[in-house]
Amino acid sequence: MGRIILEQVTKSFGDVNVIPPLDLEIEDGEFVVFVGPSGCGKSTLLRLIAGLEDVSSGQISIDGRAATELPPAKRGLAMVFQSYALYPHMSVRKNISFPLKMAGLDQAEQNKRVEAAAKVLNLTDYLDRRPGQLSGGQRQRVAIGRAIVREPAAFLFDEPLSNLDAALRVNMRLEISELHNSLETTMIYVTHDQVEAMTMADKIVVLRAGHIEQVGTPLDLYRNPRNLFVAGFIGSPKMNFIEGAEAAKHNAATIGIRPEHLSISKSEGQWKGTVGVSEHLGSDTFLHVHAKDLTSEPITVRSDGEVDIHHGDTVFLSPQDDKIHRFDKEGLRIS
Amino acid sequence: MARAVTPARKATVTVFAWGVGLLIFFPILWTILTSFKTEAEAIASPPSFVGFDWTLENYSTVMERSNYFLHFLNSVVISVGSTLIGLLVAIPAAWSMAFVPGKRTKDVLMWMLSTKMLPPVGVLIPIYLIFRDTGLLDTRTGLVIVLTLINLPIIVWMLYTYFKEIPVDILEAARMDGASLRAEIIYVLTPMAVPGIASTLLLNIILAWNEAFWTLNLTAANAAPLTAFIASYSSPEGLFYAKLSAASTMAIAPILIMGWFSQKQLVRGLTFGAVK
Repeated sequence: MGRIILEQVTKSFGDVNVIPPLDLEIEDGEFVVFVGPSGCGKSTLLRLIAGLEDVSSGQISIDGRAATELPPAKRGLAMVFQSYALYPHMSVRKNISFPLKMAGLDQAEQNKRVEAAAKVLNLTDYLDRRPGQLSGGQRQRVAIGRAIVREPAAFLFDEPLSNLDAALRVNMRLEISELHNSLETTMIYVTHDQVEAMTMADKIVVLRAGHIEQVGTPLDLYRNPRNLFVAGFIGSPKMNFIEGAEAAKHNAATIGIRPEHLSISKSEGQWKGTVGVSEHLGSDTFLHVHAKDLTSEPITVRSDGEVDIHHGDTVFLSPQDDKIHRFDKEGLRIS
Repeated sequence: MARAVTPARKATVTVFAWGVGLLIFFPILWTILTSFKTEAEAIASPPSFVGFDWTLENYSTVMERSNYFLHFLNSVVISVGSTLIGLLVAIPAAWSMAFVPGKRTKDVLMWMLSTKMLPPVGVLIPIYLIFRDTGLLDTRTGLVIVLTLINLPIIVWMLYTYFKEIPVDILEAARMDGASLRAEIIYVLTPMAVPGIASTLLLNIILAWNEAFWTLNLTAANAAPLTAFIASYSSPEGLFYAKLSAASTMAIAPILIMGWFSQKQLVRGLTFGAVK
């Protein structure tokens, strides 16, 4: 069980207010991702839930139990750190069994659970090694092993994949998702990478400067971003924004259109432009089109991988009308 | 791009390193060689390197004239004693400054270091008078106290740098894993701090062993450590280079041997934190 409720939680470091009053409910078994640019307070929020930082005001409850005053050890949560934070002087076995030893489990039970976890995480052959003798991915797995053995109410992940190389990151992303499917335990995952957020989350919490900008399922945020910030943050490549006369035609201060909702043609279309850089990914091609009379930023267009358009070509872009997002002067969505 | 290591460059570096190494070691080597010469050969010009009559006469004279073992024992008591007491005070101090730093922690550290900038001779008279009035002159207790105090800033600084290197993440992980403060200290912090404490201990024993200013000024016969024992051979009646060298060799031998055996630990200690 792991239902976590934050009520009017604030955090200040000296005079700096990092988290303004914030309310959030995390349901049991949910995979929640906190995402936002660096310095947005997402790690602080996680540390408040973990109990590694004290809240300045407000209440936190875990499973209906007031947890605001509880030390981290008493909250029944497990955390995986960005740096893995393994105990360098202990073997993998001792690392994983450490929380069990702290909980006072007998040796037989400890061994049973460590071996079960090691099997799930492919660590059986490494149990007697020290963390220093392991690769980055293996260390990450040990950190996860240490978290799962104690069967916590919820797992907290603080940017766990940012120290891994790209290929490994994709693998570990899948493994963590698999783990969530099999354990069905609440997971709170902090990342600045919107791809991780989109691919893993049941629910995404987009944060900026300590404020929650929007909470919703990945597709919710993708389809109905509440404001310009969320619109620009969710989705890759990011949404194109157009202001001025073109936006006014749609009764908006700004309109947004995603690269995948633009079609490109050499002969006809609504907006005229010149092709700048084109990025060929094989399956897709991202074209950066300069349309000076619309916007000073190049407009990104997603096209298929075999597209026959080159640098310097004149092209025409046509947005899908029902996929245009409209925003008012304050940057809020007009529905 | 990494610089190419040509054989010529490698040879130059090797020769240079050996040159510097020998330059540093030369005075010690010369002392040891001189200790096996007769007094006449010791001051002969040009000096001979190995082609002299090797003799142990200086050593036997030195052993006859002074009580080497008393001085040796004094050195051990003073250096080990002052280091242990220093550690006892410094570990909690450095610990709290590294893990629970306050607004003034940096200032406190700088202030501690600044006490090392004071020339010791500036406080010699007051300390001498205090020692005289409290009966601490020429006692081991007195020297242990004064050496503890003068080396304390260095002990605190070394330990502080060590403790600082222990990632806070790991301590937080222990807390998340359900460790109480006591368990955190026993199972996580201490094992990670022990290497740092060990090299601080070794280095400070060496510093205290070689300390000459206070040990010479505050002792006469009873508590005199090996530094005073060496000094007693640079007498005004005439220079006895060979005997002086024999005394020096005997004084530095124990610490040299200890240093040799704990080389790895010491080098790690001194370069710790320089390279991540």
